Amino acid sequence: MDTIYTLGIDVGSTASKCVILKDGKEIISKSLIPVGTGTSGPSRAISNVLDSVNMKKEDMAYILATGYGRNSIDWVDQQMSELSCHARGAYFVFPDVHTVIDIGGQDVKVIQIENGAMVNFQMNDKCAAGTGRFLDVMARVLEVNVKDLGMLAAQSTKRVAISSTCTVFAESEVISQLAQGSDKCDIINGIHHSVAARVVGLAHRVGVRDRVVMTGGVAQNSGVVSALQEELGHQVYTTPLAQYIGALGAALFAWQKATRKK
Amino acid sequence: MAEIEKTAPAAQPAAPAKKPKKPPTPGVAALRKVVSDVYAAAWEAKKAGRPVGWSSSKFPCEIAETLDLAVVYPENQAAGIAAQHDGERLCQAAEDMGYDADICGYARISLAYSAGVETTNVSRQMPQPDFVLCCNNICNCMTKWYENIARMHNIPLIMIDVPYNNTTHVDDTYVAYIRGQFDDAIKQLEHIAGKKFDEKKFEKVCGNANRTAKAWLKVCNYLQYQPSPMSGFDLFNHMADVVTARGKVQTAEAFELLATELEENVKEGKSTLPFPEKYRIMFEGIPCWPELRALFKPLKTNGLNVTAVVYAPAFGFVYDGLDDLCRAYCKAPNSVCIEQGVDWREGICRENKVDGVLVHYNRSCKPWSGYMPEMQRRFTEDLKVPCVAFDGDQADPRNFNDAQYETRVQGLVEAMEANKAAKEG
Repeated sequence: MDTIYTLGIDVGSTASKCVILKDGKEIISKSLIPVGTGTSGPSRAISNVLDSVNMKKEDMAYILATGYGRNSIDWVDQQMSELSCHARGAYFVFPDVHTVIDIGGQDVKVIQIENGAMVNFQMNDKCAAGTGRFLDVMARVLEVNVKDLGMLAAQSTKRVAISSTCTVFAESEVISQLAQGSDKCDIINGIHHSVAARVVGLAHRVGVRDRVVMTGGVAQNSGVVSALQEELGHQVYTTPLAQYIGALGAALFAWQKATRKK
Repeated sequence: MAEIEKTAPAAQPAAPAKKPKKPPTPGVAALRKVVSDVYAAAWEAKKAGRPVGWSSSKFPCEIAETLDLAVVYPENQAAGIAAQHDGERLCQAAEDMGYDADICGYARISLAYSAGVETTNVSRQMPQPDFVLCCNNICNCMTKWYENIARMHNIPLIMIDVPYNNTTHVDDTYVAYIRGQFDDAIKQLEHIAGKKFDEKKFEKVCGNANRTAKAWLKVCNYLQYQPSPMSGFDLFNHMADVVTARGKVQTAEAFELLATELEENVKEGKSTLPFPEKYRIMFEGIPCWPELRALFKPLKTNGLNVTAVVYAPAFGFVYDGLDDLCRAYCKAPNSVCIEQGVDWREGICRENKVDGVLVHYNRSCKPWSGYMPEMQRRFTEDLKVPCVAFDGDQADPRNFNDAQYETRVQGLVEAMEANKAAKEG
């Protein structure tokens, strides 16, 4: 039987990710460009993922796009919501997953999964609090790299309370805490709990069942993961592939479509 | 200064011929005429020096109708203005007057109009009021909204206060309380109309209102057919009649005519839905009127028909006698407890066989949206269907995001597909 290659493209609001899957089982190539829809990110991510394995679009049996900017790529075989793709990608990595929490650049999703399929979900409202953008804003105010937030939070000895209701107000709270001389690490700890509190509210609307898996770029922040664990009262699992889970799910759906097509 | 050169316009390629609009069916045309007549009658009254009233949508219309008073409905006006994309300008005008952006979009549009800001939607221009009729069974914002209009124009406000129902039945004390206000409203309106209240005519008007309500509910019930002979979005359009002209015999006749057309559709296997019905959903809440096209687009793409809406049948007030009328007006969506609200909705979902629920978190309507997370939890648990929410607004387009909405609808479709696959094993 011929080898089947499928490509999943996840065009997010702040990053573009691609995954090439071999026979629906093995990731042979992945790429990430830290800019998303409306930029050169998607085309660069696609070129990178193909070039690294010396392949062309035509070598792909099926190409599926997902993410906020999925509709901007109109030449693909299909577009699907990032909700189903995150559910499928998480199920591939953790076959016993029941709850997926994905914190992306501008939205938060909590997805309920039964036997690998999404049965229900909740998303944040029109508000940046609790999203990756919230962390970007806070990192800028604190003059630290967003990638270092987790490591810095681990050095905290006490948590500073930060509001979870509004990015703008939370930003002024952080500024006022800095002015009062609070420790940066303690403020970051508070920021992570602020994000976690928003997510927990959404998660309880869907209902939380083990295993809980966190996906998306923010899953790389160990501070948010541990704050979420604490606030949720459930162990939260993540994977080094967290940021690629949407693209992986898209590639898995693409494989499913390609094999059905045959 | 050089004169601007006048040149003939360059030859333009012929624009593709527009697909001619399908003429409305006789039933739909009759319904449109009823609403146009309501607005025309108000202008006529104003010109003739007779008083014109502005009324909340669930004020018992039977009183003013009995006294031959011309009445128009700011909620219908605001929805029409918003649907014609003039709502944001009027909302902004109200905000410039000092009204907060968090206040209901209908109220902001209406307050701006009341203050003299004209609308570009000619069909929804209406004369300024000489009295206002307010019933707060639909929401509490209404009370302050109408107080403000009354104060702006220095005109009488006739108020019927409907208490919130903490139980699923309407207590007799509530009925007595409303009945007392009803009697007082009649006296005030007799004074405004300059004539005595005719009990015989009142009975006739109540007969018309009941006939309208029954015909309207019959129309709503056609959504139970699978596939449905109509698009659920049609109900949103037809609601204008049940809001503005419940007590008129022409409204009852128009709905009865529409019901016969739908019956024909069922027999012939036709539908007003312009695409095959793949999934059936409940749309919870008032539509985003300025974004009807955006709302409809992903539904069309994915074959989703709205076959259940609680907002539409909520205007079907059927009653027998005055006490029962008071009891009926107590049961508006925002004046009943959550148990009653869940019961209504789940009943419609079961009867109209829905596969999923799409909830509008309407920034304009806090009472309606506030209890939705708990309702969603119950729908999911009791009906075993996915239930998805999006943010929007009934009148202010600034509170709606196209891309967010599309993702949620696509997610709902994918969840319904997974649900269906799981049920089929």
